[in-house]
Amino acid sequence: MIPAAFDYHRPKDIAGVLALLAEHGDTARVMAGGHSLIPMMKLRMTDVQHLIDLQDVGGLSGIEIGSTSIRIGALVTQAELIDHARLAIAAPILREAALQIADPQVRYMGTIGGNVANGDPGNDMPGLMQCLNASFTLAGPDGERQVAAREFYEAAYVTARSDDEVLTAVTIPMPAGGHAYEKQKRKIGDYATAAAAVQIVNSGGTCSSAAIAMTNLSDTPVFSEAAGAALVGSSVDNAALNAAVAAMLEDIDPTEDNRGPVAFKKHAAGVILRRAIERAWSRA
Amino acid sequence: MAKKMHIKLKVNGKEEEFLAEPRELLIYTLRERLNITGPHIGCETSHCGACTVTINGKSVKSCTMFVAQADGADITTIEGIGAAGNLHPLQEAFKEHHGLQCGYCTPGMITRAAKLLEEIPSPTEEQIRFGMAGNICRCTGYQNIVKSIQAAAAQMNAAREAAE
Ligand SMILES: Cc1cc2nc3c(=O)[nH]c(=O)nc-3n(C[C@H](O)[C@H](O)[C@H](O)COP(=O)(O)OP(=O)(O)OC[C@H]3O[C@@H](n4cnc5c(N)ncnc54)[C@H](O)[C@@H]3O)c2cc1C
Ligand code: FES
Ligand code: FES
Repeated sequence: MIPAAFDYHRPKDIAGVLALLAEHGDTARVMAGGHSLIPMMKLRMTDVQHLIDLQDVGGLSGIEIGSTSIRIGALVTQAELIDHARLAIAAPILREAALQIADPQVRYMGTIGGNVANGDPGNDMPGLMQCLNASFTLAGPDGERQVAAREFYEAAYVTARSDDEVLTAVTIPMPAGGHAYEKQKRKIGDYATAAAAVQIVNSGGTCSSAAIAMTNLSDTPVFSEAAGAALVGSSVDNAALNAAVAAMLEDIDPTEDNRGPVAFKKHAAGVILRRAIERAWSRA
Repeated sequence: MAKKMHIKLKVNGKEEEFLAEPRELLIYTLRERLNITGPHIGCETSHCGACTVTINGKSVKSCTMFVAQADGADITTIEGIGAAGNLHPLQEAFKEHHGLQCGYCTPGMITRAAKLLEEIPSPTEEQIRFGMAGNICRCTGYQNIVKSIQAAAAQMNAAREAAE
């Protein structure tokens, strides 16, 4: 389990990171918490010749809660998301999801930036960010750009970020209504067999908006616009729940693996989404 | 081959300096370079927690950190928590309440539990189980580990009150 040799860099600012990325091209990789990258390097599934450790880079930490949006620095860890009292009030779904990721040791190290940039369909934050309609700030040689989470994921480990860009922050519009992050896993600390993120608004007993995204049920996270639309205008009764689940099942594309065959995954996805909607609605 | 790096660490209060390849995993630095063999290698794949140490106030699986990342860090292993003749209350409690059988997971368990009790001095059973979820034990069935941590917490809280 010894990874291949690499040169190690620990720049102090984004300019330093970008300079190293420009110099070394696709032989360089940035590392945040290392808890997805190091296991891949140990298995020699990822070839890294220049490792750029972000731990000392300024400006990538901190959680800012504004009046209409929340900005989270890329290096904010899952443990920090969980411990942030004001975030737990402003966007409780983040804490609910982060508590279901991995285990305490991993959550001290794993960062939100690494989780969303990684592109592993098993990661929980990408689906959550699609549900919340978050956007990612990418810094590159030509300055900064914003990419919507719903546009970011192209295939497993393939994202809209190019090799010479770093993700610096995640921005989330202030969530409204009730929330739930529901996850089915084989054991504590495991990646999802199926997970659902739901944010839903109740206007006098009628659902006026609903956002739904699913995790680990395709080679990218799945934002199911149709599933959300199936709830809007309803009282989230059984017929609406059935319609939302049916619409979601049209959008996912699970494959058979050691978490089960396709039929089982679809079944689990339906159960999880139903639970998530019911819980979110009860809080809306 | 990649360049060796000059690394400085503080381990259990002692300054250490050496040259190492950046890819060296911290668990090997501790065990093979510094002869600190309390942290164990269980899975080597970030799952079992046998290699848990405290780094700058965080519980970390030292099989999932490069020595280069730890450069400049302050590290505590089980050796820095207690020693024969001067056991930590957690070590006493694990002994008293059969919190171990083979003992392989125990250094990681106690190192993690010490950090947990720093964060939550009087944890509920649920908080203990959740807070210890990164440490796997093949022997005990966890029941006695939970009891040991509860007993240590009670003892430490009583000692703190007596001191006040
Ligand atoms: C035992 C175990 C269980 C786990 N279970 C779960 C789980 O249930 N759910 C879950 O979501 N995750 C899980 N994880 C993964 C964990 O949450 C990772 O920490 C996370 O996916 C990546 O964050 P990181 O900071 O460690 O990223 P790293 O490992 O440092 O990086 C991951 C990838 O993202 C890139 N990257 C990192 N930061 C940036 C940036 N700022 N800009 C551009 N690219 C960047 C890196 O180059 C790399 O390709 C688990 C990990 C372990 C070891
Ligand atoms: S040896 Fe590090 S987690 Fe198992
Ligand atoms: S006591 Fe044997 S693994 Fe825990």
